[in-house]
Amino acid sequence: MHDLQAAVEPLIPALRRYARALLRDRAAADDLVHDCLERTISRWHQRRGDGDARAWVFAILHNLAMNRLRQRARRGAHVALDDADDPALARPPAQEDQLRHGDLVRALAELPADQRSVLLLVAVEDLSYAEAARVLDVPIGTVMSRLSRARERLHRLMDDLPASARPNRLRSVP
Amino acid sequence: MTSGRPITEADLHAYVDQALDAPRRAEVQAYLDQHPEIARRVAAEARQRGDLRAAFAAIAEEPVPATLSLAQLIDRRSRIVGGGDPDGAAGGAGGNAPRGIDGHYRPRRPAWQLAIAAVVLVGLGGLGGWAARGATRPGNGIAALAQEATDSYRVYAPDRVHPVELRAVDQGALIAWVSDRLAHPVSVPDLTKAGFRFMGGRVVVTAHGPAGLLMYDDDRGTRMVMLVRPMAVERDTAMSAHASGSVRGFSWARRGVGYSVVAEASADRLHPLADEVRRQTDAGVPG
Repeated sequence: MHDLQAAVEPLIPALRRYARALLRDRAAADDLVHDCLERTISRWHQRRGDGDARAWVFAILHNLAMNRLRQRARRGAHVALDDADDPALARPPAQEDQLRHGDLVRALAELPADQRSVLLLVAVEDLSYAEAARVLDVPIGTVMSRLSRARERLHRLMDDLPASARPNRLRSVP
Repeated sequence: MTSGRPITEADLHAYVDQALDAPRRAEVQAYLDQHPEIARRVAAEARQRGDLRAAFAAIAEEPVPATLSLAQLIDRRSRIVGGGDPDGAAGGAGGNAPRGIDGHYRPRRPAWQLAIAAVVLVGLGGLGGWAARGATRPGNGIAALAQEATDSYRVYAPDRVHPVELRAVDQGALIAWVSDRLAHPVSVPDLTKAGFRFMGGRVVVTAHGPAGLLMYDDDRGTRMVMLVRPMAVERDTAMSAHASGSVRGFSWARRGVGYSVVAEASADRLHPLADEVRRQTDAGVPG
């Protein structure tokens, strides 16, 4: 129990960040992390004894998040893409940064989930490519190609959206 | 290009992600110096990475909410597994304690509980050896029902993986299943006012045919089991109390259906629950 706590407790802030970046909803993201921690506790003994708890725990969270996103898609729930106060952003940074970060978060939301996950795991959560491959359960070559597409597409989306001249896009309504 | 290895797209990503060792990083840097177009793209991707990190950085700096306290989650899990008393001093190191499929988070149990558990395990399988307060034989009546409920409680209540086969969300399917197997309409008593939530249930085997098991728990993780089955004898019997070790129960029969409510709880706590179950099931029995 002590090794579980020592290995997993420091990960919780990053788990919350990854969950919120994927779900863009604070309460839903924390619910997801809660489920993830419960599973982590109950399955702790099942993990391979290679000591890499981080990729293992992130994989649990990632699978829960993908299930949740699929449920949302089935129910036709639409996530507001243009909330002025994006819940993914915890607190407002400086005005200019806020605009740019808001654009970036919205553009990120337009990426396919598999590209978004790779980019978040590698660029934000600092997982190695090998760790990301374990979390996503894909070969490392797939991680690299998804990362490549994600960066290129995000770049294009941001280029298409100069913050100064950006019109308010309409939120999709079911 | 001291290594002679060509620069790959993967190298460029690893450069952006600062994942290269120093020699390779120097090689990529030299390559970018000679290819300004690619260098611009790589620089843009590095900026994008920095922006992404900045956009989400604040989330990881928030204080972690109490609901995500790992220590509490572990502790709660232990309580649920233990079905109650988390205050035991023994470390659960004894080999005879009931345990879940994973043995890692066995609850701490006092030594006397380990001893009882050992006795119970030895005694399992021998329904005939049980005697209610040493007075009546179990037979086929209420005493047998009480024993079956106690046995079911001991098997399923500590189970952390599949304590129930159908969960509360599938209540409709569960009721249909149990009612069909018992050939008797079964309902799920609502005990929320008494602080117990319905978890779900399953059909269980008894020496007297199938029985329906419904499980509840409260906020402290105390689990309570209700067993229901048709009665061949003692078909209308007043409620009686029974105890086996720390597991207590109340059992009765009404119009050919036997009920037993069992938990590791005090009689003071359990008796009102049994009364409430009886009140609700009586209301559901056709006059």
